[in-house]
Amino acid sequence: MANSKSAYSTAGKKQKLDTHIIVVWVDNEAGVLARVVGLFSGRGYNIESLAVAEVDQKQNISRITIVTTGTPQVVDQIKLQLKKLVPVHKVADFKREDKNVIFKEMALFKFVANNGKLNKAFEACKNFNPVILDKTNKSNVIQITALRREIDSMSKNLKKFGLVSVSRTGAVAMTRGSEIFK
Amino acid sequence: MPKLYSGAEIVFKCLEDQNVSHIFGYPGGAVLPIYDELKNFNSVKHILVRHEQGAGHAAEGYARSTGKPGVLLVTSGPGATNAVTALTDAYMDSVPLVCITGQVPTHLIGTDAFQECDTTGITRPCTKHNWLVKDVNDLAEVMHKAFEVATTGRPGPVLVDIPKDIQFQKGKYKNFMKIKKLNGKSHDNFSQKNIDELIKLISKAKKPIFYTGGGVINSGPKASELLRELVYVTGFPITSTLQGLGCFPADDNQFLGMLGMHGTYEANNAMYSCDLMINVGARFDDRITGKIDEFSPKSKKVHIDIDPSSINKNVKVDLAIVGDIKSVLTSTLKTFKKSKNNFSKSNKHQISNWWEQIQKWRSKRSLDYIGSEETIKPQYAIERLYELTKDKDTYITTEVGQHQMWAAQHYKFNKPNRWMTSGGLGTMGYGLPAAVGVQIAHPKKLVIDIAGEASVLMTMQEMSTAVQYNLPIKIFILNNEYMGMVRQWQELLHDKNYSESYTAALPDFVKMAEAYGCVGIRAKTPEELDDKIIEMLNTDRPVIFDCLVDKQENCFPMIPSGKPHNQMLLGPKDQKEKKITGKGRTLV
Repeated sequence: MANSKSAYSTAGKKQKLDTHIIVVWVDNEAGVLARVVGLFSGRGYNIESLAVAEVDQKQNISRITIVTTGTPQVVDQIKLQLKKLVPVHKVADFKREDKNVIFKEMALFKFVANNGKLNKAFEACKNFNPVILDKTNKSNVIQITALRREIDSMSKNLKKFGLVSVSRTGAVAMTRGSEIFK
Repeated sequence: MPKLYSGAEIVFKCLEDQNVSHIFGYPGGAVLPIYDELKNFNSVKHILVRHEQGAGHAAEGYARSTGKPGVLLVTSGPGATNAVTALTDAYMDSVPLVCITGQVPTHLIGTDAFQECDTTGITRPCTKHNWLVKDVNDLAEVMHKAFEVATTGRPGPVLVDIPKDIQFQKGKYKNFMKIKKLNGKSHDNFSQKNIDELIKLISKAKKPIFYTGGGVINSGPKASELLRELVYVTGFPITSTLQGLGCFPADDNQFLGMLGMHGTYEANNAMYSCDLMINVGARFDDRITGKIDEFSPKSKKVHIDIDPSSINKNVKVDLAIVGDIKSVLTSTLKTFKKSKNNFSKSNKHQISNWWEQIQKWRSKRSLDYIGSEETIKPQYAIERLYELTKDKDTYITTEVGQHQMWAAQHYKFNKPNRWMTSGGLGTMGYGLPAAVGVQIAHPKKLVIDIAGEASVLMTMQEMSTAVQYNLPIKIFILNNEYMGMVRQWQELLHDKNYSESYTAALPDFVKMAEAYGCVGIRAKTPEELDDKIIEMLNTDRPVIFDCLVDKQENCFPMIPSGKPHNQMLLGPKDQKEKKITGKGRTLV
C-alpha cells in the first residue's frame, strides 16, 4: 500500500483461521459473563457459540464454553487475555479436530405435520439420540444431541417433514479418558 | 461483638490501612456520606479538583511519580463518566489507580434514577477489574482487593462502585490480609533456563540492542539501577520508548535516544539492523514498530515482561521471559557476573563494528533543526528549559502532540519517575492535572508541564486547583496557535488542507493566569527566552508561561505510515542537503 494516507500501519498478511473451543472456569458472580463476552467483542474476536452454567455450587464455579475462530496468534491472545481477568480460574483450549475431546450440542426440533411425516422425521434423527419430549396428533418435539454441523444440516433437511421451529444450545466439551484439565 | 462501622467509615479505614495520604476528588449527591466522614480521618488529605477527569490525571501523576497507587473519589453518573478518560489512560499506560465512585441507593439501581449510570458496565473495558458493592460487609474486603489488583502484576486502574445506602449502613471492618495469590494473576515464574538462554544470546550477539520501556519504571527505581548495571557490563547500546525515558541516563554515550515514530535515526536504524533485540518492559506498540512485517527482520528477539499477554501479541519473539523486571534483571546479572567476568572488555571487539555503524547513524544528527534569531523554535525552547533546570530534580509532565515529542527528544531524563506523559491513549489535557498530582506528591520539587496551547485548554480549569493548594506548578506552553501534530499530518498526509486545526480565538494566557490568581509570563523572542524562563523558575507560585513559537515547525525525524524503521523522514536541513529525495515525501 504505497499510497496509503493513513498514519497508522497497514494491515499485515492474512493468515489461516482455525476453529477452537475455549473452556473457561470462572467465579459465578455478577457481570462475569459480560467481562468474558466484552473481552471478545472489545478486541474483535469471534464468538460462534456460547454455553454457560454453574458446575460447582459449593465453590461457585461456572463453566463457559466458547467456540471461536482465529489465527493461532489470536487464539493465543484470547487465552492469555482471559487468564488476566480476575474471576477467571483456568482456561482450556481445544482444536475442533482434536480426537481426544468430545463436543456436543443439543437441539430441540418442533414438527407440525401428519403422522407419516412425523414418523419419518423421527426416523431421520435416529443417529443423534432422538428423544420425543412432546407429542400430539399433529405435532411433536424431538430432542437430539450432535455436532454443530450435523445439527446445521439436519435443520435444513428436516424442513420437508414439517420442521417449524429450532432451538439449540452452544457446544459443550469434555476430554475423553480419565484425564481432567488442571 | 466486633465494633460496627458505617460504609463511609470503612472506606476511610481501608485508605488508612493502605497508607493513602492523598485522594483526588469531587463531591456529589451519591458520595456525600463518604465526604461527611472526611473530617474524622486526618491522615487522608482530600484534593478538590475542578473536573473528575482532572482528578483521574492528577492521581495518575501522583502514581507515576511515586510508584504508589493514585486514589480518586467521585460521584455517580457524570462523576463516573467524566473519570472514564483518565481510567482508560491509566489502563493503556499501566498506571495503578483506585477509583471510588458513589452510586444511587441499591433500591434505585436500574430505575434510571437521578445521576444514575451503569458505572461498572461503562468502566468494565477500561479497568483491570471493578466491583459494585451490594453488601456493606463485603466493602472492606473489596477495597483491599482493589488495591491488590491495581498494584499486582502489570499495574492498572480498578473501580469500586458504592451505592449511597451502603455508605450509611453499618458493617464489620476486616483488616487487610494477603491470603492467596490472586487466582495466579501475578507472574514471576521464569526459570534459570530462560536466563541462561538470554546470556547465551548476549554473548553471541554482534549487533545487539536493548529496547526498554515503561515496565522498567513500573518495576521500581531498583529496576532502573539494575538495568544500568546490565547495560554497562554488556557494553551494548540502549534505546527507550516514550514511557521508558529516565530509566537510563539520556546523556550517556550508550543511549541512542528514543525510538519509534519520532525517534532518533540511530535508534530506529539500530532496531532495524540488529541481530539481537532485548525488549525489557516494552510492548511493541504500533508507534514503535512501524510496518510490522518489516520490523527488525534479521534479529533474535527477547521479551522480558510481567504480562504474559504482551508476549507475541504484536511481534513474535524467540525468547520470552515472563516476570517482574527487577527479579529478571537480578537473576540475569547474578548469572552473568558468575560466568562472564570482564565481558564488556572481552566482548568489545565483537561489537566494535556495530558501534562504528551506530556512530555513522549518529553523525546524521537527526534531532537537529534550523535555528532562528527572530522566532523561538520550539526545540530551542525545550533545550533552554532543560539547560536551565537540569541541576534541579525536575519533574516533567506533558500534554499530547508536537510539544510532547519535542520534550521527549530534547529534554534529557536521568532518573526514573521524572517523566509523566500520556503515551498509549494520547490524552490531550493530561499534563496540567498530572502536574497537580506530581506536585502534591513532591511539594518541594520543581514540576513543569510542557504543554501545547490546544491541549492545555482541555483541562485549564485545574489551574484553580493549583492556586487553591499553593502548588507552584509551571505550565510551559509552546504556543503555535495550531493543533501542531494535526497540522503536521495535514501538511504531510493531506495536501496541506489545514482543516480545523487552527485555533482562531485563543485566550490571552497571561491575562488568564492573572484571572486564576497565578502568574503569567510571555516570551516572544529567542533573546528574551532565558530571562523569562529564569523568572518563571524564581516564581514560587503557579505560572502559566506563554512561549510564542514558530507556527510552521514540524516534528522530525518521523517514520511515515506503514514504513519500516530504516525509511525515516529527516528534518528540513537534511532534506535541503538532498540526502533524501522528494520521493520519500510522496510515499507518506
